[in-house]
Amino acid sequence: MSSRRLPEGGLIDRSRPIDFTFDGHKLSGFAGDTLASALLANGRRLVGRSFKYHRPRGILTAGSAEPNALVTVGTGGRREPNVRATMAELHEGMVAESQNRWPSLRFDLGAVNQLFSPFLAAGFYYKTFMWPAALWEKLYEPLIRRAAGLGKATYERDPDRFEKRWAHCDLLVIGAGPAGLTAALTAARSGARVVLVDEQSLPGGSLLGERESVDDMAASDWARQVADELDTMPNVRVLPRTTAFGWYDSNLFGALERVQKHRAEIDAALPVERLWRIAARRAVLASGAEERPLVFGGNDRPGIMIAGAMRTYLNRYAVAPGRKVAIFTNGDAAYRTARDLQARGVEVAAVIDSRPAVSGASAATRTIHGGLVTRSFGGQGLKGIEILGNGKYERIGVDALAMSGGYTPIINLACQRGGRPIWNEGLQAFLAPENEGLAMAGSAAGIYGLADCLRDGIGKAQAALGELGIKPARFDPPKTTEEAGTGFKALWHVGESRAKAFVDFQNDVTVSDLGLAVREGYGHIEHAKRYTTTGMATDQGKLSNLNAIGIVAEARGKSPAEIGTTTFRPFYTPVSFGAIVGANREKHFQPVRKSPLHGWAEANGAVFVEAGLWYRSAWFPRNGETHWRQSADREAANVRTNVGVCDVSTLGKIEIFGPDAPEFLNRVYCNGFAKLPVGKARYGLMLREDGFIYDDGTTSRLAEDHYFMTTTTAQAAGVMTHLEFCAQILWPELDVRFASVTDQWAQMAIAGPKSRAVIAELVDRDISNDAFPFLAAADLTVLGTLPARLFGISFSGELAYELAVPARSGKRVADAVMEAGAKHGIMPYGTEALSVLRIEKGHVTHSEINGTVVPDDLGMGRMASQAKDYVGRAMLGREALRAENRMQLVGLRPAGADRLIRAGSHLLERHAPPSTENDQGHITSACYSPALGHHIALALLRRGHARHGEEIRVWDGLRGEEFPVLVCEPAFVDPRNEKLHA
Amino acid sequence: MASLIPCPHCGMRPKEEFTIRGAVPDSRPAWGAPIDDPQWFSAVYLRTNPRGRLREHWYHGAGCGRWLIVERDNLSHAVHDVADARARALAGDRT
Repeated sequence: MSSRRLPEGGLIDRSRPIDFTFDGHKLSGFAGDTLASALLANGRRLVGRSFKYHRPRGILTAGSAEPNALVTVGTGGRREPNVRATMAELHEGMVAESQNRWPSLRFDLGAVNQLFSPFLAAGFYYKTFMWPAALWEKLYEPLIRRAAGLGKATYERDPDRFEKRWAHCDLLVIGAGPAGLTAALTAARSGARVVLVDEQSLPGGSLLGERESVDDMAASDWARQVADELDTMPNVRVLPRTTAFGWYDSNLFGALERVQKHRAEIDAALPVERLWRIAARRAVLASGAEERPLVFGGNDRPGIMIAGAMRTYLNRYAVAPGRKVAIFTNGDAAYRTARDLQARGVEVAAVIDSRPAVSGASAATRTIHGGLVTRSFGGQGLKGIEILGNGKYERIGVDALAMSGGYTPIINLACQRGGRPIWNEGLQAFLAPENEGLAMAGSAAGIYGLADCLRDGIGKAQAALGELGIKPARFDPPKTTEEAGTGFKALWHVGESRAKAFVDFQNDVTVSDLGLAVREGYGHIEHAKRYTTTGMATDQGKLSNLNAIGIVAEARGKSPAEIGTTTFRPFYTPVSFGAIVGANREKHFQPVRKSPLHGWAEANGAVFVEAGLWYRSAWFPRNGETHWRQSADREAANVRTNVGVCDVSTLGKIEIFGPDAPEFLNRVYCNGFAKLPVGKARYGLMLREDGFIYDDGTTSRLAEDHYFMTTTTAQAAGVMTHLEFCAQILWPELDVRFASVTDQWAQMAIAGPKSRAVIAELVDRDISNDAFPFLAAADLTVLGTLPARLFGISFSGELAYELAVPARSGKRVADAVMEAGAKHGIMPYGTEALSVLRIEKGHVTHSEINGTVVPDDLGMGRMASQAKDYVGRAMLGREALRAENRMQLVGLRPAGADRLIRAGSHLLERHAPPSTENDQGHITSACYSPALGHHIALALLRRGHARHGEEIRVWDGLRGEEFPVLVCEPAFVDPRNEKLHA
Repeated sequence: MASLIPCPHCGMRPKEEFTIRGAVPDSRPAWGAPIDDPQWFSAVYLRTNPRGRLREHWYHGAGCGRWLIVERDNLSHAVHDVADARARALAGDRT
């Protein structure tokens, strides 16, 4: 294929050739090329297949609105589908593939869809896949899913890093075209903090593709000079390759920086993409305008291109679009394309201008006023066009066609927060409404002349600075050469065309689809969009939406102002999941919390389980144990007969200080705390304001004005927040302060009949039952000098202690406990054995405190004080919370042969069939009890307190299990609490 | 919802640092009020859910750890006022 590269010119570096492949073919381009410009330079016009009809497609634009040239770039985990070839900077070794074709791009069997196109019109899916319903899942969904999507995503792990950053500025300028550059420079010279973002690799925007001069230099050189000045200023951050994709409340902007997407070798020290959150006091949106396609038969054939894009390829990349070019326009702008083509020696066969008479623009070639292009010819590339002029059809041979259908100001961001676009009759386009904090500048504001854009940028920046009280620096607008006019007359589509005329190229939506939508009652633009899928592809209709609105308006005999637009939403262009996820993936998905005793547990062979953010030791396999039950049974039994040690550091721990601390605790717990003496611990129940139990735990009084509260692991943060709420809002007059110390203390439970003997060896005081009974609490020292806290607390029902030491000494003390306990048969036990022990004892956790229970449901009704006010007291008094048919805590044991009881199973009366009406409750916790030698369970059972001794049924509908159990009291072991005081 | 919240203690902070408890109830019975006070039901369950301005309890958990009263507009998303809830309560505004 012959090269289309012009011998000189362009902003490419001809000293740096770059090799790449496309569909396996070795091709080459230059540094400064995009994949699109390199493909064009290599004579490649066919680059993809359309979504629905698999029509051959070429490169339509030179920017981020590209609907056709979607390719897959990269290999392995870096393989990325649906990359716009117009935005992909060429790099050495780039591997690119076309998409949506099989077996090859040139011979695509999917193109057979075109033969069925009469059946594939708008609403095809709605009409075809309605019935029979039996086929929905088996046939229709797999079919639709196979046809859906374009490129295929990789299943491999992404090897690269992504990150997120904040930026703050006085003025954010979006777009480094003429208006954006003068806006940024004005603000920068005024001393304001400026961020300038631009999606291109080079600053300049439209200046890069035009031949005008600014301040007597090439426009692209002027842009470079301005960018260089900005780069040297400490108050300015210039972010190239960065697309502002969203505008959010508080004038916060989201932007995606493609840090390394253009590099052949990825630097592992840097992210490939960076997601910016930019908090801007003011912003200027200088995002430019999209030149629209014209809608005529066969307007999608490779070789047909947007007129401005053709200039960009010609001037910026030195690529000739063809040997013989025609231009179809409805405005003055495209005459520049004719001029530039001729200046580079490319033959311009004709300019077809849909306007009958034109003032101000002319071309040095055959010009057909009042003319139309009615269809195109060629197979996989343009060979000719049919022209209708002066009432006659004529066919001319061209291999490229530029089309210019007028401009669509890019107002997306300015309408993302609910502002509705406003139709401008003169410009035949929608403009952004007035917004606070965000000003439109340049062609995004409907100002199309170069000199006007340069001036507008200065003005908008000065206005924004004025609002901020920053004195704007004086800045004279740069001089420009005379340019083409901006005259234009809307032409929404060529009605004389018979062949398919595409409105939305990516989703294959044609003029006739839109007509069908209107005829079938889907004329509202939001309905027409969904019925035809126009504007719903990955380009979100950047080129097509205004044409679609114009066509629907014509079909309904209304003005586009009455039709309105569809809704603008983030993201402006696609944002990768990697960038949104940032660093929060794999092990960094969420923080990992490790107890101060984690290393100790690890050294003792613990198997860990994730509990929220925590890693808790679940069991400690020994002697070839292969199943967790073997370990848990051994550990639990050893606690009942000897002594065990368990890491309970994950419990929430809160220090409470202040003269009003006793009164405060008396109010947050439903049971009495006012009279708790110094040196004592007490179990407390905390209710929510609606009367249901919120959390439980023990609180110890260490001094008159100092308490130490423990919470459950799960509610540690919630309880802290609750205490602060009570202290700050409910009772601000109480003098009380809190500090969360969960991570400051290593805490271990030492439980079992021999626990006292173990502890006695470590501490500096008498801990006989008389001196340190159950529920005693004390500051003391262990290992001679180490400050520690000892509590006479038991979760297992055995004689037990909880010992807290500063976190950094945790491992040392745990090792000492193991050593002191060796002769007593001490073993570490994990959360599995902990759970078995507490179920045997009938102690509750959040499996039982599930947000639906009140103290009486758990048999703790008498704890709720009658003598004081407390949080939840009033609502706890409600009739329904005192009803006798409530779900109440009971124990369950097998009625016949022992068998596994599963938590979550439902409970039924002996002969009642399973139904919602007959449901008697459910099993909250269950285990095998080594102490009893059979399975046991805790359950919430309707009227449970009165049903001890009754035989009921466990029903597990998921597993088809059903068997009898006996209701009993929840404490299976030592119900009289004799062990605690041994 | 506003993306940035002007915390009276920490300055302008992203909303992700805060948790929202909900609208400030219109009234709350005094401490020790009889349990059959009908205000309890409305204080715990009823919210007016206005269109426009509303006052909410926010907790700055990733910042100062203070409870705040945020007055904002759920239509325009404007934040009108952020105040320390305890200071308000001590001044007699205890709901």
